[in-house]
Amino acid sequence: MVAQLTRAERQFALLTLGLLALCGLLMAAGANDDLFALHGGLILAFAVGLGFLVISGLDAPEPADGRLAEYYDDPSRVAIVLTMGWALFGLAVGDWVAWMLAYPQLTFDAAWASFGRIRPIHTTGVIFGFGGNALIATSFHVVQRTCRTRLAGQFSPWFVLLGYNLFCLLAVSGYPLGITQSKEYAEPEWYVDLWLCIVWVTYLVLYIRTLARRREPHIYVANWYYLAFIIVVAMLHIVNNIAVPVAWNHARAYSAFGGVQDAMTQWWYGHNAVAFFLTAGFLGMMYYYLPVRAQRPIFSYRMSIISFWGITFMYMWAGSHHLHYTALPHWVQTLGMTFSLILLVPSWGSAANALLTLNGAWHRVRDDATLRFMMVAAIFYGLTTFEGSFMAIRAVNSLSHYTDWTVGHVHAGALGWVALISFGALYSLTPALWGRARMHSAWAVEAHFWLALAGTLIYVFSMWNSGVIQGLMWRTYDAGGTLAYPFIDTVVAMHPYYIARAVGGALFLSGAAIGAWNVWMTIRGPAAASQPAVDDRPLTVLAGE
Amino acid sequence: MAETGHALTVLLAKGFGLFYLLALSACVLIYTFWPGNGKRFEQAAKSVLRGEDRP
Repeated sequence: MVAQLTRAERQFALLTLGLLALCGLLMAAGANDDLFALHGGLILAFAVGLGFLVISGLDAPEPADGRLAEYYDDPSRVAIVLTMGWALFGLAVGDWVAWMLAYPQLTFDAAWASFGRIRPIHTTGVIFGFGGNALIATSFHVVQRTCRTRLAGQFSPWFVLLGYNLFCLLAVSGYPLGITQSKEYAEPEWYVDLWLCIVWVTYLVLYIRTLARRREPHIYVANWYYLAFIIVVAMLHIVNNIAVPVAWNHARAYSAFGGVQDAMTQWWYGHNAVAFFLTAGFLGMMYYYLPVRAQRPIFSYRMSIISFWGITFMYMWAGSHHLHYTALPHWVQTLGMTFSLILLVPSWGSAANALLTLNGAWHRVRDDATLRFMMVAAIFYGLTTFEGSFMAIRAVNSLSHYTDWTVGHVHAGALGWVALISFGALYSLTPALWGRARMHSAWAVEAHFWLALAGTLIYVFSMWNSGVIQGLMWRTYDAGGTLAYPFIDTVVAMHPYYIARAVGGALFLSGAAIGAWNVWMTIRGPAAASQPAVDDRPLTVLAGE
Repeated sequence: MAETGHALTVLLAKGFGLFYLLALSACVLIYTFWPGNGKRFEQAAKSVLRGEDRP
């Protein structure tokens, strides 16, 4: 990876790493808080480790000029490996948490391994580690192919990818130590947030500059979704994390918001994190890899545009459905509920568009497990968005809120939609990027597909059952008007479903492990006998400019 | 002060917010179904199928 950079770029990389190491050193040496010092040490070690890598390649010969006429796929290749690594880590921790809920002794009496600390390691590991790296890998690939131009930077893609992974590392290492600002899906503290801010703005600039260099008159719709993902996540991240640190050398900070305003800001962030991190970016993935894999253009390009604007402008207002029956003004709750219901239109627009694209290619879906991953993902996307709109209705929410139904809903989306579309995209992308004819083992892709589907169904069905039982038990009164069930009875009633859920998670994890092995073997396997397609080059080269 | 702030927010949300979203929807629909854009959309939909990523 260093050999692809020019001497000046290598020196710039060293300078950046030097500055980062200096920050780490200052944090470690000047901290008045042990945890802050520890994170300073981690940043220092990260920068020094990468510094060694750059120094080892510093004197390599200058790269050939011809590289600028090729797509720049090295960052995507590294991102794919990181994606699978984070998937295994995040899913394994998730399954541990699932077993812990059934058997609480699995905290091993260690404070760092309590549920409240392990759970965010799981959520950050899968959402930001797995999902985020998959989005970076595919967005870099898609923007170049659809714009027929090379990424608008040599160093900045690496800064985005590795900087983002440093953010993930700081986040998951902080939770077991107790570093958290206690905002769901926004747990990292102020200094980690600032770092992500720098990385994310670089990502935005890189993406827009690449779009500006495009050789196609029209920006393909997948890029609209990726761009919405990047812009809105920047906006959400900055606003929700406005906070005042106790001191520059202290890990703790206090949020700028308080009370119900804090709750509203947090769920404006939280629900739009679902909308723009876990939906918009992955829809971008779907709108590119599904038509390419099925070898059919998207069923209705117009519908994809309407869905895009619908999702972008209506999701913004849906967050308050997380705060039904709270101190939030009633009309704001109703607003969130109404927008959640209208959102069904653009959501089903995208799901239907994907499935109608496959109309006429069902034989491919039958034979090709990679395409089947994407097809089932579209179905789960449709199911989950319907369920989400339904659960946002105040009366339904009074039963579902605070129960496992919510957990089941989230996992129908996260496993059934986000993870399956990502695996489908990765199985298309991996052989293409490494110049292989196909994945190392088609059988392993099949096995992964069925394990993932079985795991998701077991997970979701057990949580639906558990959640509805829980909700009903909590609201059952006896003839005397008092609650019929003590809380502990509801915990006992959930036990069998918790075991089932953990088994479902284990199936999903084992599928991902097979997938990681398959990706690794594909990377290490022999190159395809035939050359890559001749037109897999930026347009400038094809036109002979 | 807090009262006025809340009342103003409600007014903006229910008044301006409604018309802004209606106007936006109209703009999106006009852009999407503008006859002249049809060909461009069709080309874009087909553009991703031009043989790439398939060795």
